[in-house]
Amino acid sequence: MIAWTAIPALLLVLVVAPLLPGIATKTKSWLTGRRGPPVLQLYFDLGKLWRKRSTYSRTTTWMFRLAPLALLVTSVGAACLLPLDGRSALLGFRGDFIAFASLLAVGRFALVLAGLDTGSSFEGMGASRDATFATFAEPALFLGFVTLFLISGNLSLTGMLGVGAGLLSAWIGGGGHAAPALALITISLFLVLLAETSRVPVDDPATHLELTMIHEVIVLDHSGPDLACILYSSAVKLAVLGALVVGVLVPRTALPAPLTGLVFTGGLVLVAVAIGIVESVMARLRLSRVPQFLVAAAVLSTLGALLVLVR
Amino acid sequence: MPAADLLLVLVVLADFMVLGTSRLTTCIRAIALQGLMLGALPIALTQHWSLHIVGLAVGSTVVKSLVLPWFLRRAIREAAVRREVEPSIGFTLSLVLGIAAVAIAFGVSQRLPLPAGVSELLVPVALATVIMGFLTLTTRSKAVTQVVGYLMLENGIYLFGLTSTDRVPFLVEIGVLLDVFVAVFIMGIVVFHINREFDSLSSIRLTELRD
Amino acid sequence: MLLLALVLLPALGALGAYLHRAEARRTAWLVAVAAIHLALVTLVWTTPPPAVFSGWIAVDALGLIVLTLTSLLFFVAAIYTVGYLRRESPRGGRAFVSCVLAFLASVSLVALSHHFAVLWIALEASTLAVAPLIFHRRDRRSLEAVWKYLVISSVAIALALLGTFFLSTAQANSAGTPLLLEDLVADAARLHPAWLKAAFILLLVGYGTKMGLAPMHTWKPDTYGEAPSVVGALMAGALTSAAFLGLARINEVTTAAGISAFTRPLLLFFGLFSIVVAAAFVIGQTDVKRLLAYSSVEHMGLLAVGLGLGGVGAYGATLHIVTNGLTKGLLFLVLGNVILVAGTTQAGAMHGLAKRLPISGGLLLLGLFAVTGSPPSGVFISEFAILRAAFAEGHVWVGVVLLILLVVIFLGLATTILKIVHGTPERREPRESGWLVLGPIGLAAGVILLGIYIPAPLQSALRQAAAALGGVAP
Repeated sequence: MIAWTAIPALLLVLVVAPLLPGIATKTKSWLTGRRGPPVLQLYFDLGKLWRKRSTYSRTTTWMFRLAPLALLVTSVGAACLLPLDGRSALLGFRGDFIAFASLLAVGRFALVLAGLDTGSSFEGMGASRDATFATFAEPALFLGFVTLFLISGNLSLTGMLGVGAGLLSAWIGGGGHAAPALALITISLFLVLLAETSRVPVDDPATHLELTMIHEVIVLDHSGPDLACILYSSAVKLAVLGALVVGVLVPRTALPAPLTGLVFTGGLVLVAVAIGIVESVMARLRLSRVPQFLVAAAVLSTLGALLVLVR
Repeated sequence: MPAADLLLVLVVLADFMVLGTSRLTTCIRAIALQGLMLGALPIALTQHWSLHIVGLAVGSTVVKSLVLPWFLRRAIREAAVRREVEPSIGFTLSLVLGIAAVAIAFGVSQRLPLPAGVSELLVPVALATVIMGFLTLTTRSKAVTQVVGYLMLENGIYLFGLTSTDRVPFLVEIGVLLDVFVAVFIMGIVVFHINREFDSLSSIRLTELRD
Repeated sequence: MLLLALVLLPALGALGAYLHRAEARRTAWLVAVAAIHLALVTLVWTTPPPAVFSGWIAVDALGLIVLTLTSLLFFVAAIYTVGYLRRESPRGGRAFVSCVLAFLASVSLVALSHHFAVLWIALEASTLAVAPLIFHRRDRRSLEAVWKYLVISSVAIALALLGTFFLSTAQANSAGTPLLLEDLVADAARLHPAWLKAAFILLLVGYGTKMGLAPMHTWKPDTYGEAPSVVGALMAGALTSAAFLGLARINEVTTAAGISAFTRPLLLFFGLFSIVVAAAFVIGQTDVKRLLAYSSVEHMGLLAVGLGLGGVGAYGATLHIVTNGLTKGLLFLVLGNVILVAGTTQAGAMHGLAKRLPISGGLLLLGLFAVTGSPPSGVFISEFAILRAAFAEGHVWVGVVLLILLVVIFLGLATTILKIVHGTPERREPRESGWLVLGPIGLAAGVILLGIYIPAPLQSALRQAAAALGGVAP
């Protein structure tokens, strides 16, 4: 099922996405008493990188060159599956939430392979950590979807978050204990977002030591347009997961169309600010504690699912 | 009764906080927060106010969220213990077992004929808290954490008791509260002595008596 | 009023004892309070007082039996304490007498409560009153014992509280005061069976742990091993009987509700398992106090088996409360004398007792034969009733297993204790203190008396109690 009405919202996300890391960084700087880089810094970076030339190491193969493109395609693909305007997704079918999670996983997988492809031990280590944490983040994401399914009775993301999901009435306390359940999975999905987009407390985007990097170290060898592609895709991924959180938190089906976009953008900005706040108040977790952090997210999702099940 | 449901969800989250944290102080803070919610619950659950309900709320708030946590904090400060929890199973496994406990509690409650007129979350949350209290008691080796586990166990039972507040006289509830208070008080004293004698709050060291 | 006095007198006495600074005054105070308590109990036998607090506090046959046993044991223990505190001055002595009296108050309340919540509060209070008594010597070993005791008992008693709440939930659809024993029994048919069964299991585990039924008995050897002998006598004689009373109370309800087919196999299992565990650990046990602890596990098992068999078994169990209580009191106090002299609890260092302490030696031998159920002691009568019930109620295999286990335990106990009694001592002790042997002599006389003749008032009380538990008198 293709809904062309979703195009404007999709374009909005693709344009606004690079703004979000900038807002997060700005919030963090502001909270820690610094001025920080301009909010539009990522746009500048992307422009600068695009004008440069990519350099490839002689040890790398086609996998290394394919990864940025694969990441871009999967991130944009995931965006297509999410009802960004709060009503319906560009592309929707039964069970598309599995496709959504798989697209994100494939993108990550491509990047992990690219990291391994360089043959550098640092990048290999980063790749291994990234893959491990992704494994732990998956249950939380899926259990969140299960909860949404239980509330809406629908197996597509459009049905879970958009038209006919009944999230609004669930929040107001319509059926059973849906409201606390939704609150729990909102938190859980936000934690998944932090892990999936390599943010504090799982990873630190501002770190400068290869040993402690996770995401940053994998893309260490990419340069020029390739790196721009990766940075942009990561921003889109952040926006997509942010849109998921906003979609659960703020059901917009009842709003008039023009207001929807405004509320949606506002929600994304708030998510970015929240990331900034988390980064400024929390330290990065010890590597051995990260799985526990993600299991905690899964616990929240499970609790949400159980709450919906109780009648 | 959404307020009561919210409080009950927070009670479960406090359980998970105890299971998931590696710091003794966080453990005690979690149990204090749980006490606060337990104090608010009689008021959130009731349809008609009475002196009984208010007394129960005030009594449990004071004992469970102020006095006992204060006492435990004092015990670890006086004994100058190391602040880690020292579990015998990993924190991740604890959390997984915790969620299993919640699932079991919810499943069992679906099958039991529940008393009418109370939030349907109350009994499952009570049972889940009891099981997680047990889990804390059995998988944590520090004496203080075992006391926290005992408190969780008692809190779960208290939650179950809330299903019949209108049938159980106030005097009984005060008696129960007093007993719990004295029990923790005596345990606290013993914890203090254990630390002085053994230079550690770990009950693992208590292995002299055996056949 | 008389019933309230039975609880309030020792409770206030505990406060009063704490105010006395001189130790001699405190022990005199203890003896006085225990004597008045015993006198009040005698008064209850002659003129049964009315219930108070709308039936929450009342006296019935079963409660009266436990109350009398308790009062008697405390009186004997009070006399013994006079001699004991002269010989071994405790480090935290001021609280000792207060805790003993608080213990007496809580156990009296257990015996008198006809309300399950009050019963629970009283049993929990007794747990807490005993804790400082176990920690009496204030060394590492007693610290370990008191910690294990506190944690295990507190968790168990917490489960019993959950069971009590379950019981109140089971009563949701029936009339009558919540948790009041009489109303529960009267309206038992309308109790919700699922909740009642769950309540029974939790109460069985909770109060069973306080009794020391295997496999929840693990606190018992440690606690009895480290507690002063007089405290051991009170715990093994009075506290376990009070816990058994809790179990008997819920059994009254389940019998009335007609779910005996569910409860009896559980009681039989825990009872037999306890006796098996006791038999396994009695063999080769060299620490005399731990030996007694396992013997206590055995006898608690016998009580549970008697309750689980029903019929004459219920009568046997009721009588066994008394006979076991008296025997345990006798053995703990006598062994306390031995330990005071020997300075150790190891059986190897105690030989030649018959020559060393002639009175205690004789009493120990007598206690050995009583505790193993040899005629003509009272324990023989009660154990025989339980065995008879096993065959009469069609549980032949239970009877056979019981017989074998009792023989094994007899051998285990006899080898250790006979070694203590016989042999030539290194030195003779000075004359034994009257304070330390008077009580045990009284208890021994009681045990023998019950084996030969059961007084009429006691007999009628036993019949009533057995009937309430769904049994019959022989």
